[in-house]
Amino acid sequence: MAAAWPICLGYFPVGLALGVLANQAGLPWWAVALMSILVFAGSAQFICVVLLASGATIWSIVTTTLVVNLRHALMSSALAIYLQKTNRWFLTFFAYGITDESFALNMARFRSGDWDRWRALVVNQLANAVWIFSTVLGTLVGQFIPKGAFGIDYALPGMFICLLVFQLQSRFFILTGILAAFISILWYLLIPGDSYIIGASISAATLSFLIKRYVRRKQ
Amino acid sequence: MNFSGYLLLFLLMGLVTFVPRWLPLLYLSHKHLPQWLTDWLSFIPVAILSSLLAPILLADTTTRSLNITKPELLIALSTLLFALKTKSLGGTVFVGMILHWLLGIFF
Repeated sequence: MAAAWPICLGYFPVGLALGVLANQAGLPWWAVALMSILVFAGSAQFICVVLLASGATIWSIVTTTLVVNLRHALMSSALAIYLQKTNRWFLTFFAYGITDESFALNMARFRSGDWDRWRALVVNQLANAVWIFSTVLGTLVGQFIPKGAFGIDYALPGMFICLLVFQLQSRFFILTGILAAFISILWYLLIPGDSYIIGASISAATLSFLIKRYVRRKQ
Repeated sequence: MNFSGYLLLFLLMGLVTFVPRWLPLLYLSHKHLPQWLTDWLSFIPVAILSSLLAPILLADTTTRSLNITKPELLIALSTLLFALKTKSLGGTVFVGMILHWLLGIFF
């Protein structure tokens, strides 16, 4: 249970903010609850609210959601290494809770060794519960909470930074991190949309993989 | 929009979100992964974290332009040092939040 608190703390202000926006866009609280339960994907839900407010069609919202959330296919693939030969029902239930944050946290824990799939599932489901609760709360009372209180907006970036540090196990991982940051910022500035996450991740991982192989062959 | 309209929209959004999270896991966890794929996938977590962080720390997200003077970057560097020294997730998140809060009050 304790392992999930950075995610829960980080989801809380983001969920509240989403609730406030949804409320302003005219979504009732039960629709926000329904969305958080059925979709459970932060950025896609923000985009959905904005698109609904601008009168977009269902199809354009669904297509955008697909594109924005394709990055999870990459995370799901990486998690498969630690979930070999696992029961398919477990995987189906587990897959529902794969987000940027739960992925990063669970990967770091799996890698350090003191982790199992049930704990990983608890992290996913706790994060989900906080997400549903905070988004609904946001539609009801969000207007009354001051923005940026207690630096809570920095909870998720802070967690990403620390999880990144956990992953830096050799010089090749440091190289991957630097390459990814560089490609990501360039991609972000030059190409509109959210493709920079998938684009930079795949490019940086592939480059590091090739460089590592080249170095190993020369030795 | 009425109840069935929202239900249809969120069901479809849920479906296109769930399938990319589900299929790779279902398929790859019951296959013997070749060594090169395991090697390549081992770089994915660092790459994704770094890709997510870079624009948050180095760009103005409203105008989508480069900005290397953001307070977030300064906080990130201190937070990074703290994380390297202590390896504590809770401590790092806490330090990041406190710094962000203080910087917001004084600047």
